[in-house]
Amino acid sequence: MNTSLHISSAFDRDLEGIQAQIMKMGGLVEEAILSAAKSLETRDEELAEQVRSGDRAIDALEEALNEEAARVIALRAPTAIDLRVILSVMRMSANLERIGDLSKNMAKRTGVLVTMPAIGGTSTAIRRMARDVQKMLKDALDSYIQRDEALALDVIERDRDIDQMYNTLFREFLTFMLEDPRNITPCMHLHFIAKNIERMGDHVTSIAEQVVFLTSGAKPEDARVKVDRTSHDSSLSSGLDEQGA
Amino acid sequence: MTEVKIAARGVQVYYGDTHAIKDVDVDIEDKTVTAFIGPSGCGKSTFLRCLNRMNDTIDVARVTGDIRIDGEDIYDKRVDPVQLRAKVGMVFQKPNPFPKSIYDNVAYGPKIHGMARNKGELDEIVERALRRGALWDEAKDRLNEPGTGLSGGQQQRLCIARAVATEPEVLLMDEPCSALDPIATAQVEELIDELRQDYSVVIVTHSMQQAARVSQKTAFFHLGNLVEYDETGKIFTNPEDSRTESYITGRIG
Repeated sequence: MNTSLHISSAFDRDLEGIQAQIMKMGGLVEEAILSAAKSLETRDEELAEQVRSGDRAIDALEEALNEEAARVIALRAPTAIDLRVILSVMRMSANLERIGDLSKNMAKRTGVLVTMPAIGGTSTAIRRMARDVQKMLKDALDSYIQRDEALALDVIERDRDIDQMYNTLFREFLTFMLEDPRNITPCMHLHFIAKNIERMGDHVTSIAEQVVFLTSGAKPEDARVKVDRTSHDSSLSSGLDEQGA
Repeated sequence: MTEVKIAARGVQVYYGDTHAIKDVDVDIEDKTVTAFIGPSGCGKSTFLRCLNRMNDTIDVARVTGDIRIDGEDIYDKRVDPVQLRAKVGMVFQKPNPFPKSIYDNVAYGPKIHGMARNKGELDEIVERALRRGALWDEAKDRLNEPGTGLSGGQQQRLCIARAVATEPEVLLMDEPCSALDPIATAQVEELIDELRQDYSVVIVTHSMQQAARVSQKTAFFHLGNLVEYDETGKIFTNPEDSRTESYITGRIG
């Protein structure tokens, strides 16, 4: 790939600026995932509130990035690799913004859950799942900066594990709810939290796909096989699976 | 699939000792705009000039290889270069109308090629050509005024009308907009897109954006080599060769 400098150094500065911003946004989002999961496990309402209010900064960065990307398109008419940098940054910022929203939603539910009894060890399992997603995100962002297609493909592969964890948690929540109807409310919240993390994994996968697009100009060919089977299994189906098949 | 209009194989051009075009193979399609891009001195204009044997007029230039239009070898001894240039029209960088009336500028080619039997037929040819050149509405009431009195953009459209008056099959354009303002450029580009209905158009341009706007196929020349030739959309989003990418993205290659 072509990484030599532009004749116009101002163009290089524009592109570097945009990529620095997406990395800053990525850092904030990683932090939000970890804090949201931590606040749930440690029942820390204050930390949950920080996640909720911190989402504004992520949204503002997304807006600034899109404006800057539009400016570069208008003024510099980027082509080839430069065009792919801009396009991928715009899509990645949308993914990051969604992950930020999902973290915020987790933190909102934490605010409710701290008033209820804990459900077994599920919040520890959720925190582990969130850590794995955060690591995937970190690797996806690293693969972007290093233009490392192999690492990006590895991230895409790892989303299967997240789907597996979600399936396991789904069955656990179901068991708790069948055991005692008083568990239904907290389990519903916890289920949505697990589902949020599972969705984050999909957004991280999409970011990793952008890296493949950036380096090769094409999307990864074989779409990965879905491992999330909950929506197909009638005895276990929640009927609320927003993702469908 | 569009059919091939011009097929070039193993084309070499020498200016004295300088090897200006190195073994170029290319198939140029009919009813398509093909853009030649590349840095100054890369050979794109030289190659363009091979297609209507304009290089014949340069003493030190020597062209070898095979160039066929509709399967016919244009360097065959029996081919008359003047007839060839009626079939392969050319428009240059600077508008160069003859110091004659607008009418005579357009009528000149059809007259010397004996395309009109009488004044009425010639009038029709001139009107048709000026309409093709998108100049008719502006020029119809001043056909007897000198062509040099038109604005730059109008002069260039007059030159295009003059080129199409001889009913060519191929139109070569060597930086046709580089002396024009953006409005006149847009008008000429619109015209090029219309001309594509009937002709094979080959345009040399230094403006990458212009190549991207008007062409369907793009050829990138570098140091006399044809480096890459592909769909314009592909060249500008995901070129295969790193030299192409460096050039179109404005990098130090």
